[in-house]
Formats: sequence, structure tokens, C-alpha cells
Amino acid sequence: MTAIVTNPPLSERKGLPAKRRRRRGVYPIVRVIALILIVLLFILPLVWMVIASLKNNVDIYDASKTIIFTPTLENYANVLSRNNYFVFIFNSFWVAFASTVLSLILGVPAAYAMSRFTMHKSALVVLLARIIPGVSLLVPWYFIFANLRLVGGFGVLILSHMFVALPLIVYIMISFFDSLPLELEEQAQVDGLTPIGAFLRTTLPLSVPGIATASILSFIFSWNNFMFALVLSGAHTKTLPVAIFNFVSYASIDWGSLMAASVVVTVPIMIIALFTQKYIVSGLTAGATKG
Amino acid sequence: MTAPVTARPTAWRSYSNWANRHRKWLFAAPAMIFTGLLIAVPLVWTIYLSLTDAEGSVRAPSDFVGLSNYLEVFSDFNRFWPAVGRTFIFTGGALAVELVLGMVIALLLWRPFRGERWVRVAILLPLVATPVAVGMMWRLIFDPNIGFANQLLGWFGIPDQPWLSGTDTALPTLIFVDIWQWTPMVVLILLAGLTSLSDEPDEAARIDGANSWQRFWYVTLPLLRSTVVVAIVLRGIDALKTFDILYATKGKGGGSFHEVETLNVYAYGLSFDYNDYGIASTVLILFFLLIIVLMWAVTYRRKANR
Repeated sequence: MTAIVTNPPLSERKGLPAKRRRRRGVYPIVRVIALILIVLLFILPLVWMVIASLKNNVDIYDASKTIIFTPTLENYANVLSRNNYFVFIFNSFWVAFASTVLSLILGVPAAYAMSRFTMHKSALVVLLARIIPGVSLLVPWYFIFANLRLVGGFGVLILSHMFVALPLIVYIMISFFDSLPLELEEQAQVDGLTPIGAFLRTTLPLSVPGIATASILSFIFSWNNFMFALVLSGAHTKTLPVAIFNFVSYASIDWGSLMAASVVVTVPIMIIALFTQKYIVSGLTAGATKG
Repeated sequence: MTAPVTARPTAWRSYSNWANRHRKWLFAAPAMIFTGLLIAVPLVWTIYLSLTDAEGSVRAPSDFVGLSNYLEVFSDFNRFWPAVGRTFIFTGGALAVELVLGMVIALLLWRPFRGERWVRVAILLPLVATPVAVGMMWRLIFDPNIGFANQLLGWFGIPDQPWLSGTDTALPTLIFVDIWQWTPMVVLILLAGLTSLSDEPDEAARIDGANSWQRFWYVTLPLLRSTVVVAIVLRGIDALKTFDILYATKGKGGGSFHEVETLNVYAYGLSFDYNDYGIASTVLILFFLLIIVLMWAVTYRRKANR
């Protein structure tokens, strides 16, 4: 404030106060309009998907029934009962769940050691998995696992999804442990716990928010994964994204059912996202501000 | 706490002592061995395959051909170099728009306002949506005959566009889809950076008479540099490797004229649609090197700038 008092000519010359007052008048309105447009841009396509899933295939082809039509659940009935989507839902859920839990068991202690002993090079080994193109691993994996007669079972799928989940969990948990103060652990050791005991009884309970963040994101990424399941899943272990992809391999596309199937795969994830927004944001931005 | 520990058998105590002394590697090693094995074995195998003429089946007899696959790939102006070009166009185009748009949205969201929570949820939804489903959704919207996109253009008197089915329009359309899905990621990262900034430099510049653009360009943006680099690295890696929306909308080979065939789609097709493992492995090794070099360049420049 002193700057303005001691140096009035500068602000007067540029006519700043008046200009600023004017901008303050217009900016909030511009901002509200811009924000509404942005929300519409991101939401409308998803709304369109849901609308199309409620139309029968005649209405989808009728431009006059873009918004006004008689909604039907026929497509959902078709997808869920006739195309056995409950099986694919279960497969997707089981693979995402198992790969997340197993990756947590491997990843959380690893991230803890990498954070506490600043093992940057070791962390790089795990994080390399995030950089490498998945296709370059798929051919060898396919033949190794085919030789072991594992292709088409849940084991390989879970293993391949762990490959996505583990680096994510390690990355998020390293930045979480970095931000956790050492004092409590040291106190626990003074009180007679072994270092591992201190980790299990003090650090781990304090890490619940970090672990929740890592698990939610790992589950979402595994649920959404397409390429690994496309190659490694069999008839009985097909996951939802592969099932949706197979919908269009026929000559004509059944748009209504395809959209219903897309809603079935995206809606569970979106509901999770609605309730765990805070965790997802903190996980996606982990380490972003450290520089 | 001492009583139960001393009550335990000595064998268990010596084991516990050993575990505590070696906890660093005891904790870190399983995860490292797991990823190490899943990467190293395939990588070595891929390098080996890239030096052979393996085709049809990996178990079929193949000959060691030295670097001739690499020569073949480098002189392939039909598929390989166009795929490299498309990879760069796709990544560069998507990344540039996502950074600019992401910055604009992050600045709009920066200061608190009523209903902030709902805007943030809306922005999060594309980000968590399954890419294959997103591809199918846009395939319907961009359908030349029944899609909403052409209907919308019609309201403004603009003629119908072929979108995904046109040879020239397919790649830009898919860049748009990538922007729709991943700009929110850039927004979240930049917003995290913005909220971590202190208000003082901005306030000082305001008192010195800088207008909003000057304050953004000379104060906020330089302070945000490392966050922007993180956004470029994270988004760049994923954009280079984009597969799901390309394969879900255009299928094998990136369409009948390979119009959206990037390196990743090309390598996938060579491996699993044509079983041409020798060439596929060569393309993959080159692709991997490309990613490493680009990421090294971005992070190296960051260090050099400090």
C-alpha cells in the first residue's frame, strides 16, 4: 500500500484505479459465462450418450426426435440379459479389485522405503513401467504366458493390470510419505517399537488417505484398461472395454445397445468419482507442485 | 511393550532383527523385482526379435538378420514415417491445445466462487470415463448421417463434415476427442500449482501497476514453470502412447487408408493383426527410444534453465 502513497504519479498516469474498477464489474459475468460454456462442453457429450442409450434404433436415425422421444430401457435389457454383461461387469470388477489389492501389498512398503531412504534410482525402475509402451511388452508376455497355459485365465490379466497399477501406487505413495512427518515414527521407536513395528502401527494408519487415493485411481485405471485385456483375456475373462469393442465388429452397429453398454461401463466409475473427487484430484496431481 | 517381545522365541527375535536391519530392501525389492522382471525379460526379447525375421509365430524357426529390419523400417516411407508424422501431429496438436485451454480453465477456477464444487465434478467426469466408451460415444456424435455434430453445424448453415470417416478429417477429429478427455488432467495439475503459489508476487506486481495479462505472463507463468513441465511430461507420455480411442473408432491399421495410424497403433497391428514380429519389435524399440529421448529433452531443458 505504501507504494501507491509514495508514488501516485505512476498509477495516475496509467489511469489504473478506474480501469481496475471497470474490469471488476465485467469480469465476474464473463467468468460465469465462460464457466457455463466449459461445463456444457464437458458434460453435453456424456448426456448425449445417455439420451441415445434410451432411444430405440428407429428414433436414433430420426433427426426430428433429437430431444423429444419416448424413452425405452430396451437397450439395457438387451445388453444386460441377452449379451451377458453381468459377466463382463464381474470380470472387470474382479480384475480391477485384485490387481489393486496386490499392487498395494507390493507398492506401499516399497514406496515407504523409497521415500524414507530417498532411493531415487530404485523408484525409477518402477516408474519406468509408466513410460514404456505397453505393446512392446505384450508380444513377449503373450508367448511366455501361452507357454505356461495361463492366457485366458484371470491370473495373467491381473498380473498385467498390476503392471499399470503398481507404478501409479508407488508414485502417489512416495509423494504421500514424503509429506508425512518423521517425528511420530521416531516417537514410536523411542517407545520401544521396532522400525517395522513403527511403520505398521503408526505410519500405516496415518496413511489411510494416501492409500485410499492410490487405490481409487488404480481401480479406475484398471477398470478402463483396454489394450492388455484385448490381447490377454479369453472368452470367460473378457472385461467391459473389450466387450464394448466387440460390439462393433459386426457389419451394422446397434447404436442404442452400444451406447447402453458404454453407459454401463462409465457410470460406475463416474459415481465413484462423484463421491471421491477430493482423493482423485489429490492423486492425479501428486508430485505436480514439488518441481 | 518389552514384555511380549522378550517372551517370543529367540529364533523369531533374530529373524525380526534381521528384517529390521534390512528393511530398506525387504520393502523395496518385491516391487522392483516384479516390475523389473515384467519389463526386462520382454525388453530383451523384443530387442532380440528386432534382429530376427520372426513371422507368423514366435516359435516358428527364424533367422538372425542383424540390423536389416532397422534398415527396412527406416526406408519405409509407406507406413513407418507417416506413422511417425501422425504420432507427432497427434501429440503436438493435442498437447498444445490442452496446455492453452487447460491454463485458461485453471485461471478461471483459481479464485473461489459459488458452485465451484459442481464445476470441478463436471470437469472430472471426462477424465475418469473409460476411453473405449468415450471413443464409441464420439463415434455416434460424429457419425456423418445421424450424428449430432452435423446436426449442430446444420443449425448454423454449415455443410456436413465427414469427421471420423474422412481421410483428412479423422486425425483432427481424434485430436479433438483427446482434448475433450484430457484437458481436465492439465487443468487439475495447473490448478494445484496455482493454489500452491503465494499471493505476494502477484500483489506486488499489481501495486506496481501491471495489468492482468502482464501479471500472468511475467509473474504467475514463470513461477508456474515446473508445474507446466510436469503437465507436459505426464500428458506427453500418455498422448504419445494413445491407443484406445484410435483403435476403438478406426479399428485395425488406423482406418482403411491408415489415416490415424500412429506408431503405437502400427506396432500393435504388426504384432497382433499381421504377426510380423521382427518388424513390429523394431518399430517398438524405435518408439521406446523416441519416448525416452523426448522425455530426457524436456527434463534436461528444465535442469539447464535453473
